[in-house]
Amino acid sequence: MKPAILDQLMTEAQAILSGPSRRSDFPKWFRDQQHGAWSKFQTMPMPNRKDQPWRFSNVDLLDLSQFKLGAPITDNDRIEILERSRALEQVAGRLVFADDQLLQRDVLSEDLQRKGVVFQPLERAMVEHTDLFRKYFMSEPATLGSAKFAALHHSWVSSGTFVFVPRGVEIEFPIEIFHWLSGENSAVFPHLLLVADELAKVTVIEHFRSQDRQLPGFACGVNDLISGPGAKITYVCAQNWGENVIALQINSTKADHDAAAKSLNLHLGGKYSRFESLSRLIGEGARSDLLAVSVSDGNQEFDARTLQDHVSPHTASDLLYKNALKGRSRNTFGGLIRVEPHAHFTDAYQKVRNLLLDDDAEANSMPGLEILADNVKCSHGATSGQIDADEMFYLRSRGITPAIAQQLIVKGFLNEVIERLEQPAIADYLRGLIDEKFSRAK
Amino acid sequence: MDENWRGNLPQIAARKTGKSRYSFVPLFMNELNIQNLRVEIADREIVRGLSLTVPCGEVHAIMGPNGSGKSTLAKVLAGHPDYHVTGGAVTMDGENVLELEPDERARHGLFLAFQYPSEVPGVTIANFLRAAVQARMPEGEELEATDYYAKLYEKMELLGMDRSFTSRSVNEGFSGGEKKRTEILQLAMLEPKYAVLDETDSGLDIDALKTVAHGVNSLRGPNLGILLITHYQRLLNYIVPDHVHVMVAGRIVRSGRKELALELEERGYDWTREEAGEMAVR
Repeated sequence: MKPAILDQLMTEAQAILSGPSRRSDFPKWFRDQQHGAWSKFQTMPMPNRKDQPWRFSNVDLLDLSQFKLGAPITDNDRIEILERSRALEQVAGRLVFADDQLLQRDVLSEDLQRKGVVFQPLERAMVEHTDLFRKYFMSEPATLGSAKFAALHHSWVSSGTFVFVPRGVEIEFPIEIFHWLSGENSAVFPHLLLVADELAKVTVIEHFRSQDRQLPGFACGVNDLISGPGAKITYVCAQNWGENVIALQINSTKADHDAAAKSLNLHLGGKYSRFESLSRLIGEGARSDLLAVSVSDGNQEFDARTLQDHVSPHTASDLLYKNALKGRSRNTFGGLIRVEPHAHFTDAYQKVRNLLLDDDAEANSMPGLEILADNVKCSHGATSGQIDADEMFYLRSRGITPAIAQQLIVKGFLNEVIERLEQPAIADYLRGLIDEKFSRAK
Repeated sequence: MDENWRGNLPQIAARKTGKSRYSFVPLFMNELNIQNLRVEIADREIVRGLSLTVPCGEVHAIMGPNGSGKSTLAKVLAGHPDYHVTGGAVTMDGENVLELEPDERARHGLFLAFQYPSEVPGVTIANFLRAAVQARMPEGEELEATDYYAKLYEKMELLGMDRSFTSRSVNEGFSGGEKKRTEILQLAMLEPKYAVLDETDSGLDIDALKTVAHGVNSLRGPNLGILLITHYQRLLNYIVPDHVHVMVAGRIVRSGRKELALELEERGYDWTREEAGEMAVR
């Protein structure tokens, strides 16, 4: 595969609160949308802790005044970032962005191109596949609290990925996308629009990383996943931003009849990291698996809000979130299962497990059910606990030090979720990231 | 790795001889030595002045009725934090065991096969044992994966365990027999100097018992001292001890050769209780 490197001309750094984006190379309809979104952003109030969707969240961290568009990436940085943009051995395609600038594009095989698979940066897709792109782009409203930030994203988005997999096409290896924060106080607005047509099959993994783990930065991403009838999509987010990054990620997943959508969000980095996940089961027989794993330490705050929305009958959703908390870190979960009036024979599950490793760590979980149909099977539960003393003693009695024993137990605890992906290569990679986080903590 | 790490080097001391030549003599016997041990849990004394010596290379069995404090003794030796040692001493080849943390004791050569081993969800047998073997290596030295697996498979074969076992989570969903076998597998892999086997026979059918006993017997040798704790004589048909001790009410009340076990089987524990009572009166 040949890297196609696009040079980008950037004007002087623009503060993101002076929006919207002034890039003139986008089509007019797109720029109009950006202006509209900017007006929306300006009129909407900042989140308040008293709002239910922001309960327990430290909204004071959302001061965006210091963040700006990144300067053009220097040649040295480009080389370094590309060298570090390796994760999986075998991929179907790869895009690398840093400070929202495209650094590298490893295109798909000719075979996949011939079959009509589209894997493009946004700016090309909006020109070359305008109708398809416009049909789905930012089509799902952000209903879990971050409408204002979705508007901010919309008014600034300039880079990201459009993936379209045509009817019946199965892509064996994952597509991977890297988003890097590079400059100090840089802001990025990563976007992923994934559309799998009928009976298509695809896996996409997004890596979120900071070139310098100490530099402050801001990330406000949106990913919209659309699984057509009988299609199978898997989405993995490996969030490993630097320690002083504020990150918001707004996800929507739509599963048509007999479709399967599986997502796994791994959260390791960031000072404050929130993700909102809306999973809508719109066709009969649809299934959605919502998986998440996090390890937080120091003063990190992770914040997850979810909605499993059963619109059609005979649909299933299964949420499993596991969090390990160290130091004074905090984790908030707010999740709702909603079974709409006609969605009979729904199976919906929600399970959140928090493992508190230090006395000062804090987890708040708010699970919820709203059932408007008959004949449904639903369960939800959230628990927080500490490492079992007997389990710890057992490991120590084998000569394993307390620190390593804790690490083993935590990894075992999280492993249940990672195994659910049923993708060994990605699972190994994610476990490696968790190991790295533990070794950083030493 | 802790600073007390000494590997398996015997402790030796130099003593000046009359002819101003140095000769080296051990300061202690190679043995696990328990002297007048007293243990409490929640202000209740369970072990009440127990003394016992297990020389390296020998197999000693402790038998006793329920509630005599056998399992407490096992856990205290391993350093379980719930138990409070109020008196006495425990040494292993002369080293004070009681001042060591549980993981240090293990690295220094003590092993406990649990009566009820914990489940460790999501941690495979392979990774668990690997961490345990790695913990015994000097800092900076990495365990060679191929050597490790070769040894692991060899020991598993000895215990009639299928290789697929290595990828199962430790004790999760294991049958009683599988749990006990896994304990003995760990014993075989970790090669301790002294092993305490707590009710390793409980919950085993006769075939599983034979396999486990075969595993233990194959590990017997001059470099391993074994303390078998059991309620029933049955186990001792398969692992024949050098010495048998009877524990009643937190103390050893009688010691003898292996024939003592048969006598207990025949007469029950009551007569030893009476003797213990007499001792208390005296």
